[in-house]
Amino acid sequence: MSGSTIIFYMLAALTLVSGVLAVTTRQIFRAAIFLLFSLIGIAGLYFWMQYDFVAAVQIVVYVGGITVLIIFSIFLTQQAGDLLPKPKIGRQVFSALAAFCSFALTMLQLYQHKFIGTTEEPLLPTVSNIGDRMLGLEANGFALPFEVVSVLLLAAMIGCIVIALRSKPATT
Amino acid sequence: MMQPGLYHILFISAALFFIGVFGFFTRRNLITMLMSVELVLNSVNLNFIAFNKYLWPNKMDGLFFSIFVIAIAAAEAAVAIAIIINLYRSHQSIDVESTEEMKF
Repeated sequence: MSGSTIIFYMLAALTLVSGVLAVTTRQIFRAAIFLLFSLIGIAGLYFWMQYDFVAAVQIVVYVGGITVLIIFSIFLTQQAGDLLPKPKIGRQVFSALAAFCSFALTMLQLYQHKFIGTTEEPLLPTVSNIGDRMLGLEANGFALPFEVVSVLLLAAMIGCIVIALRSKPATT
Repeated sequence: MMQPGLYHILFISAALFFIGVFGFFTRRNLITMLMSVELVLNSVNLNFIAFNKYLWPNKMDGLFFSIFVIAIAAAEAAVAIAIIINLYRSHQSIDVESTEEMKF
C-alpha cells in the first residue's frame, strides 16, 4: 500500500466524517466548523487528483469565502450557546431511510455500469491551458459562459445589497 | 485496500450527496439547510472532476463545469444569506416553522 493510497483514504475519511457531523451536531457553530473541514477534505481530494487550480479555487471560494459568510450570519442571527431543537424522531428515521436507500440504489447502479474512457493524449490541467480555454473564442473555448457568469455575479451582488438593505424610516 | 480509482471517488461523492440530502430533510434552521446544500453542490463538483480526470483527460469540460458551479454556488450562498438576514429582521427567527405566513 503506497503513501498516495493512505493519503486518499485519510482525505476520504476526513470529508465524510466531518460531513456527517456537520449535518447531525446540534450546535450550529460547530456545524459550520465541521463543514469547513469537509470542504478542506474535498480540496485535498482535488490536490490528490492533481487538479491544483480547482483545489486553489475551492479553498479560496469555499473555505475562505462562503464558510466565513455562514459564520458571520450565524453570529448575526443566533444566540450564543443555544442548542438547535432536536428534530422529530420520525422525521429523522424517515430521512435516514430515504437517504440510505437512494445511496444504496445509486451505488448498485454504479457498480453495474462499466465506464469506457478515452485513450487519447491527456491535456494537462495547468493554469496556462485553463486560461487559454477559459477565454478562447474557438470551438472548445468558454468565453461566453465566462461572460455570462460575470454578469450573473454582478446581478447577485446588487440583489444582495438591495435585499439586505435596511429600509430608512420615513423622515417627514 | 485497493488502489483508489474512479469508483472510490464516485462512492465518496455519492455518500456526500446523500449526507447533504439527509441534512436538508432533518434540519429546520435556514442556515444549516444552506450548509447541507453546499455539501450537495460540492459532491457534484467532485463528480465532474473525477470524470474529467479518469475518463476524458483529453478535454477540460468537467473542470470548467466545476469552476462555473463554484461561481454560481457563491452567488447563491450570498443571496440566500441576504434573504436569511432580512427574514431574521422581520421575524426574529430563522426557523422554517416560524415563517409560514405565505403558506397556503
